Amino acid sequence: MAIHTDPPASGFRPSMLINDTRYRGLTFQFIALVLLIFAIAYLVSNLFGNLAAAGLNISYDFLGESAGYDINQRLIPYDSQSTHLRAAMVGLLNTLLVAFLACITATLLGVIAGILRLSKNWLVSRLMSIYVEAFRNVPVLIWILIIGTMVQQLPQPNAFRGENASASMLFDAVALTNRGIYIPGPVFGAGWTILLVVALLSVAGVVAYRRFALKRLYDTGRILPLVWPSLLILLVPSVLAFFILGRPVTLDYPVLRGFNFGGGVQIGVPLIALWLALSVYTGAFIAENVRAGILAVNRGQTEAAASLGLRPRRIMNLVILPQALRVIIPPLISQYLNITKNSSLAIAVGYADITATLGGITLNQTGRAIETVLLLMLFYLIISLAISAVMNLYNSSVALKER
Amino acid sequence: MSDTHAQSVPFVRESFIPEAPPPETDTGVVAWLRKNLFSTWAYALLTIAALYVIYVILAGVLPWLLNGVWNADSIQQCREILAGERGGCFAVLTERWNQLLFGFSYPTEAYWRPTLAFALLFVAAAPVLFTSVPRILLVATLLYPFAAYWLLWGGTILAPLVGLLGVIGGYLVYRRLIDRSFAYGLLGGIVAAAAIMWLGGFVVADQPRFLSLLPVQSRDMGGFMLNMLLGVICVSLSLPIGILLALGRQSSLPIIKWICVVFIEFVRGVPLITLLFVANVVLAYFLPPGTTFDLILRVIIMITMFASAYIAEVIRGGLAALPRGQYEAADSLGLDYAQAMRLVILPQALKISIPGIVNVAVGLFKDTTLVSIISMFDLVGMIRGPILASTDWGGVYWELFGFAALLFFVVCYGISQYSQWLERRLATDHR
Repeated sequence: MAIHTDPPASGFRPSMLINDTRYRGLTFQFIALVLLIFAIAYLVSNLFGNLAAAGLNISYDFLGESAGYDINQRLIPYDSQSTHLRAAMVGLLNTLLVAFLACITATLLGVIAGILRLSKNWLVSRLMSIYVEAFRNVPVLIWILIIGTMVQQLPQPNAFRGENASASMLFDAVALTNRGIYIPGPVFGAGWTILLVVALLSVAGVVAYRRFALKRLYDTGRILPLVWPSLLILLVPSVLAFFILGRPVTLDYPVLRGFNFGGGVQIGVPLIALWLALSVYTGAFIAENVRAGILAVNRGQTEAAASLGLRPRRIMNLVILPQALRVIIPPLISQYLNITKNSSLAIAVGYADITATLGGITLNQTGRAIETVLLLMLFYLIISLAISAVMNLYNSSVALKER
Repeated sequence: MSDTHAQSVPFVRESFIPEAPPPETDTGVVAWLRKNLFSTWAYALLTIAALYVIYVILAGVLPWLLNGVWNADSIQQCREILAGERGGCFAVLTERWNQLLFGFSYPTEAYWRPTLAFALLFVAAAPVLFTSVPRILLVATLLYPFAAYWLLWGGTILAPLVGLLGVIGGYLVYRRLIDRSFAYGLLGGIVAAAAIMWLGGFVVADQPRFLSLLPVQSRDMGGFMLNMLLGVICVSLSLPIGILLALGRQSSLPIIKWICVVFIEFVRGVPLITLLFVANVVLAYFLPPGTTFDLILRVIIMITMFASAYIAEVIRGGLAALPRGQYEAADSLGLDYAQAMRLVILPQALKISIPGIVNVAVGLFKDTTLVSIISMFDLVGMIRGPILASTDWGGVYWELFGFAALLFFVVCYGISQYSQWLERRLATDHR
């Protein structure tokens, strides 16, 4: 039997750097590293050369200077005397606000459309196909512009005036105008903290009841009703407390005052346009994800569950959904990421997100292109990395436990 | 025989009953309606709701569409013709047709050139997209980029010709050297191509008028042509780069792997609009002083970077989905890395990745509208800028945006239908 022996060890020859697979990798990596360093050095030296030639420098001092422009949509106090940093913060919060709102509505829309597209009702499933295809195949920027135009065609506040007003408020509470949508806002009176505590306690109560029911199911095999007791625990104490405390929270309805509505909460037109556009656009994508997720669950699973004697509802809740969610959630989270990134198109409808404040007006006023764009990228990068971290956590928690 | 039967069996039918038609309620339109639209109460309600939605949409759109004005000089004239009735002012499309397609500063007498380039695109794409097309047409695919360059930008035909010669020369050298090793072949090919192009540069500089078309500057390109241009160029450039990035990310060499990972994750983590800001205001700082790089080229670089990161992730998925056995089989045949990738791994991985690549391509094509935000005049930019801002057509939103949406829908829907067809055709697993 021939025994394989290692070739006699020979000294290192330079040609081995290319020809010997043991060293070739190192050679290539070294070349790549050197090229990369040279490329970066070249770009940076160009940068400093150009900056010196233009008499500029890299400095973030401009963030402390007064911004001098107004932002009408803001979550924190801001005026034109505030600093550029403050303006960037306002923009940042606005980005997060519209992304958060759009994530919620897009999910709702997407889940409904995705399920309806699988419906056996011919008309409804066709209608949903049209919705999905129409929105997926047209750029989001065009949708933002179209919906922005649509919102601007709402009646002026003036149209609500007088006996024969051409526009009327919905339920006397919501006014759709081209200056924004006015909805009732809550006013917190004395004792609202107690109400809040009661509400939180009842939520805790619901959780406790559900745990108890589950434990009981596992211990004795008896099923307790879940839906109506949960509702009771959730609502009854809060409603009782609300009246016992003498209505601590009231609603402030919007009313016409002068040329505009006063009271209530105003949601600006740009926010609504962007919110709606992002929701319907991303909703179409989410609908496809949901549909794919439900279709991904093998038919045999439904049949197996049915042959175990489970009812349709339980088949859905216990067998189909857990498996479908495993498929749906990762692309869903990346759609959330897309919403956040697409919200940077806010500039097209004049919504003051971070791209419009920091990357738009601040950049134009201070001329600090490199610094602002760098900050802007950093912000989006942090959000993306945070969202992908969440996604990885989720993926590892639902991953099939393989041996 | 029949007599004995007559006694033992009370009654035997001698012939078949003629087939009766199924009950009225189980056939035809009625059954279809009952089964598909009104099977339960909930479905019936859904159907009625859907019918109402369709009615509302049609009632809004149909009069607008059918009553539209196609010939007028301005929105005021449109309103006069409509005289208070509802109807679209589609005259803006007919009057500004050329602007919408070609932008406002492309030379009028040269409109045939982009049109021809667009038509030739189908000839060039056909052999790539459909295997039933004669293979000889692949020559057209090879020639197309150079022909399209000449048609769109104009100038002497020598410039694209030298480019073509460089590519052919590089390929010939590559074929000669590939037997020694892939690295030699690639390096030799690139050096040969660069040398030919460098030498050819002198010829082009010497004969700038030879078979010359009217030269057009990049900044004069606009309208839907710009969207098509950016989409086609960036997708074709980003495919090879994306493959390289994906291979780099899967590589066992840590430095190369980390360079690719950082690049991909960085680019995927920021919105395209910030990269376009970079192209618009930052990139110039990183170039040698005195270089003037036109905006369209800077935008092409950034969009290509953006798309290649996404394509890299798609292809990485394809690479990861291949069974390990394929890699091991290639190794056990004694193939080196380049051979294994070229002959075994990539053909399979790319096939799996086709739907994802098409998705990225469609997304990228849609994203080319973002250049309107850095004030380039693509289709959306033309609409928002020169057309809506003009006194003649200010306020004609729906017709213009509807037209833009329709154009994009046709292209993107077409591409995605093609991808689904291809997926069915390439499906080699028997399910």
